[in-house]
Amino acid sequence: MHEYSIMQSALNQALQQARLAGAARVHEIRLRIGVLSGVVPDALQFAFEALRPGTAAAGAVLTIEEVPARFWCATCRREFVSANLYSECPDCQNPSGELRAGRELELSAMEVDHV
Amino acid sequence: MCDQCGCGLSAGIPATVSGHDPHDHGDHEHGHEHPHPPHSHEPGEQARQTVELRHAILEQNDRLAERNRGYFLARGVLVLNVLSSPGSGKTTLLGETIRRLGPRLKTGVIVGDLATDNDARRLRDSGAPVVQINTGTVCHLEAEMVARAVRQLDIARLDLLFIENVGNLVCPASYDLGEDLRVVLLSVTEGEDKPLKYPPVFHSANVVIVSKADLDRACDFNREAARANIRHMAPQARLFEISAKTGAGLDDWCDYLIQRHEALKQRDPLAPA
Repeated sequence: MHEYSIMQSALNQALQQARLAGAARVHEIRLRIGVLSGVVPDALQFAFEALRPGTAAAGAVLTIEEVPARFWCATCRREFVSANLYSECPDCQNPSGELRAGRELELSAMEVDHV
Repeated sequence: MCDQCGCGLSAGIPATVSGHDPHDHGDHEHGHEHPHPPHSHEPGEQARQTVELRHAILEQNDRLAERNRGYFLARGVLVLNVLSSPGSGKTTLLGETIRRLGPRLKTGVIVGDLATDNDARRLRDSGAPVVQINTGTVCHLEAEMVARAVRQLDIARLDLLFIENVGNLVCPASYDLGEDLRVVLLSVTEGEDKPLKYPPVFHSANVVIVSKADLDRACDFNREAARANIRHMAPQARLFEISAKTGAGLDDWCDYLIQRHEALKQRDPLAPA
């Protein structure tokens, strides 16, 4: 359950930025989570429900954008998205050792009171 | 858009207004044409703005991991982060590796478990200095735990440091510890399809070791299928098939570690990675 500590750091960062911006309330927190990050979005939602009470984000929703796995094929010289997470290029079948996206664990944005 | 009463956006502010109070426009007039989707103007509803952040959630860990990496590189210590499910043979493999490397490389170990120092005691039998981290309820090691544990080792005397992570194929995958190489074990008793079940950790591996290789027949382990699955999820990784019990494969593995340590010593710690 490392999602709990990951959600805790994301929430702390968001609350800190909200304070710096002078916003009293956070309405939405947006994350970008790669499918190869090792983090389960549902578990983040579950952790968020447990962590938000008593904070400026008590009434906030958590929106998670899943980032697909994108590899670089050096043979075809192009990127491809792999839905099944296999590293083989769909055109030439050569495996790619270069993962270009899919490991993101990012606090991308938030909605706060207009100040 | 109105730039006097605040209902519109001025350039350069990374904010989008998605709802605001009915308000007085003072001495100017304009319609309510908004460049964003329709929304309600209920009284009492707060005006909102979007703040772009783009923060790496594990930034603090990543920063500490980079600090660890520089510290190890400057001292010429090759560091391996060893990950696997519980019971796939990490401790036995490390013990046998340390015994074989004994005359060539001085090796230390940091070992993480939720509880007990059983693994540390087993590893001390190999003659290496060992530091046990008990993580309590934490399912993985973090860079900061490694930085603290390293202080208990005489790092200047080491060539190689194994970090035996908590037995878990999920959570440790997200945490950089500052290692040079991430080693993922898959024992033949776990089945050929383990890489397909745990893609994140295999995609992050520099080395994959098929362990307990002497038990393959007893487990009906299909080596070809395992190799194909490892290729799907970890084509970037160097593959070894090892039995720590019989010693099969250990020489290749130890030669590889000696080569990697030689290469590390040639590197300039101040050169860009």
